[in-house]
Amino acid sequence: MNYKMIIHTTGQIIGVGAICLLLSAGVSLVYAEVEGIWLLLSALFSGVLFFISRFFKPKDTVFFAKEGLVTVALSWIILSLIGALPFYLSKEIPDYIDCFFETVSGFSTTGATILSDPQVLSKGNMFWRSLTHWIGGMGVLVLLVALLPSVSGRSIHMLRAEMPGPVVGKLVPKAKQTARILYIIYIVLTLLQFILLLAGGMPVYESAVHTLGTAGTGGFGVYAESIASYSPYLQWVITIFMFLFGINFNLFFFILIKRFKLAFTSQELWTYIGIVLVSTVLIALNISNMYPTFEETLRHSAFQVSSYISTTGYTTVNSNTWPAFSKMILIVLMFIGACAGSTAGGLKVSRIVLIAKSVRNRIFNVVHPRTVKAVRFEGKSVDDATIFSVLSYLAIYVFCFIVLLLILSLDNFNFETNFTAAASTFNNVGPFFGQLSNYADYSVISKIAMSFAMLLGRLEIYPILILFLPATWKK
Amino acid sequence: MNIIVSGCGKIGQTIIESLIAEGHDITAIDISKHVIDDITNVEDIIGVNGNCTDCDTLKDARIDDAELFIAVTGSDETNMLSCFLAKRMGAKHTIARIRNPEYNYQSLVFLRQQLDLSMAINPEMLAAQELYNILKFPSAEKIEHFSRRNFEMIEVTLKPDSVLDGVSLFQMREKYDAKVLVCAVWRDGEVFIPNGSFVLKGGDRIGITATATEILKLFKELNVYQKQAKDVMILGGSRIAYYLAKMLISSGSTVKIIDKDSEVCKRFCDGLPKANVVIGDGTQQELLLEEGIKDTGAFVSLTGVDEQNILISVLAQSFDVPKVIAKINRDELAELADNLGLDTIISPKKIVSDVLVRYARALRNSLGSNIETLYRLFDDHVEAIEFKVTDEFDCQNVPLKDLALKPNILIAGIIREKKPIIPTGNDVILAGDKVIIIAADRKIQELSDILK
Repeated sequence: MNYKMIIHTTGQIIGVGAICLLLSAGVSLVYAEVEGIWLLLSALFSGVLFFISRFFKPKDTVFFAKEGLVTVALSWIILSLIGALPFYLSKEIPDYIDCFFETVSGFSTTGATILSDPQVLSKGNMFWRSLTHWIGGMGVLVLLVALLPSVSGRSIHMLRAEMPGPVVGKLVPKAKQTARILYIIYIVLTLLQFILLLAGGMPVYESAVHTLGTAGTGGFGVYAESIASYSPYLQWVITIFMFLFGINFNLFFFILIKRFKLAFTSQELWTYIGIVLVSTVLIALNISNMYPTFEETLRHSAFQVSSYISTTGYTTVNSNTWPAFSKMILIVLMFIGACAGSTAGGLKVSRIVLIAKSVRNRIFNVVHPRTVKAVRFEGKSVDDATIFSVLSYLAIYVFCFIVLLLILSLDNFNFETNFTAAASTFNNVGPFFGQLSNYADYSVISKIAMSFAMLLGRLEIYPILILFLPATWKK
Repeated sequence: MNIIVSGCGKIGQTIIESLIAEGHDITAIDISKHVIDDITNVEDIIGVNGNCTDCDTLKDARIDDAELFIAVTGSDETNMLSCFLAKRMGAKHTIARIRNPEYNYQSLVFLRQQLDLSMAINPEMLAAQELYNILKFPSAEKIEHFSRRNFEMIEVTLKPDSVLDGVSLFQMREKYDAKVLVCAVWRDGEVFIPNGSFVLKGGDRIGITATATEILKLFKELNVYQKQAKDVMILGGSRIAYYLAKMLISSGSTVKIIDKDSEVCKRFCDGLPKANVVIGDGTQQELLLEEGIKDTGAFVSLTGVDEQNILISVLAQSFDVPKVIAKINRDELAELADNLGLDTIISPKKIVSDVLVRYARALRNSLGSNIETLYRLFDDHVEAIEFKVTDEFDCQNVPLKDLALKPNILIAGIIREKKPIIPTGNDVILAGDKVIIIAADRKIQELSDILK
């Protein structure tokens, strides 16, 4: 294990965190808030950590998959611990565990909150909370790779640990260029949404917060009722952008380099579109008698579907009051999640397609034991190693989910509450159904468990598991 | 520059590593998924798994954006076909490895034209050429030629009891009248570009530039001159052995080739009637003694197994064979061989990557493509580059002592109208000259890069 290299890289990540904290402190300054001092202090603290880490200059920069996974897991946990400081120091969230939960929820793009009303936060802190969504969405290490002057070929181990999906490839030969292209696409889409929200009459600050929340598919908003109070136009804009941020960013790149055929023949994209359309129609039919106009029915249905499948978690209505069928569809969408290579959480559409296809082949094999069939996806047959890794991911995913559910059940809330809370945090969605309106009432143990569940969900389980595996640390 | 490398074997990987160090964007193609997975895990490249003669694979690798396509798979035919397709599909330049002797004589020029290849490289031929150069001048460990053999750069290791031990370069110039320039010194893993007061030590590996006759003079004065090896024993009937034997025989040396495969021996008999071909296991001491290893002028170990080459070469050295050369492909083993006292090692993949780096650099400054030759010495820490001076060079007619050179740069030679000059502070650079630059730990793209 190359400890110096891990410390060095983690230190650099903390440095990136410091810059983001400074940016939020700047927002505080604009609104002349005293609370900005705490953001500034946290930035200073992480700056000091960054400079300490620079003393660990690694001679040997060799880096293997193991180091990559550990670095990613470690930096996300440390970043969340530091990111919780402004909330704690300013006493806007008095309990440190709650602050940690809220920050993890931010970085993991979950949007689960322990606040009954986000208005208790100062503007700077609220901006910071939403900024964590934006950075966490595309990934801190991806940002680091994009910013670093020189990158070794082995950095792919870190990118792979942070970018979601069964197979992670680069867009262009250089990891640094790939990271830059991804961030440029990300920034352009973010700006586009920001402008469209401004054009719809949303105030600047609220537009910024909601754009950051949508781009990272996070879901932290300005008000307790989320997006409900905004005009239909704004709700539609957010619906569309939640959907867009759930698409694999590689496809945007293909459009950018004018390879439209590759972009528009993506099987994952069409499956994603199909799921969204079918779910929207089904829910709209199911709730058609609850709303006065067709447009309103369709809008609420589309918004919620888009929000749950992209694991954003903004809401325009209290869907807890919806019929069981509609709620069940939303719960299923939580598990499916959006496309691989997007900022969303969940299992990912590509994994679902691969699982479904290999299960279909398996069944076919029972009927015709001698047939040889390969799983085909995106026009190519998928090798057994990938299928095996997808299936084992599903197994470990289910296993983690059950453990989480067991821990939550200690708090003795009803099954619907626990199940949807577990699904919501593990899949990085945010809102949940049942008897509670936010996560504040859960015990400390459950909050810690859910914090780790959010990180597990965002980093696709392995990095966090490997960090706590004794075998990783044995010589 | 976008470069596609097809085939990620030993040579392919070395090429990829050198081209990445040059800052190029590399896409690698290999038919084995396993190989692609391994290489994309350690190098900053994109990997495409597939057959490089398949248009879809080439399309996946974005062939239409590629400036250079290099085909170095194990099969000549695959390389040629993929280069042909690559060119048709939009690659600007193509280079194929073609190593089968049957393609390499009359038909090669025709093939190159028909396939529109920018270059055909034959690693074995290049390696044999290098071996031949060393055998012609065995005192050196490595010889490179500049400017059509007008100028040479050689590498030698000073023995611990060398007469140059403790002598500064200034004293050396006074003591011996050979006009040579010590341009780089490799000591304990570090490179020095020496000045006049630099004191040499036994065990140093030094690079010397001069004309062939001056180098000869120096070696005679130093009493380390070895005559050209008249009889050469080659172990292993590889392609390199074939090319080397052919060159040696036509220059009048006697060659003995040992291989244990009767088919190989027969092929050598057919192709090289003048060679002595011996069938037998060359790893057996008995056989080597029987064939007269103790009396041979040079021993070259060219089997396909690095370890075997090292061990047999150490054995040959213990028999006091005047010149022993081993072919070693793996870098870590080359280091080991160095520790065992084998000073002359050749590595075909290194030679090839030098050629390609030079080609890629010349392509990049396509405006004034003025790199003529490029060699890398001392584990790639030092580059020796020959530039043609164009009118655009700003510091013409300025005495060298007044040029503000970057650190670790040396002007090692000027060739004016085919006459080599070992430069002193008063010499100048003129348009039309060829200039040889030595640069340690930095990359020089064009001549003006040497200036501050």
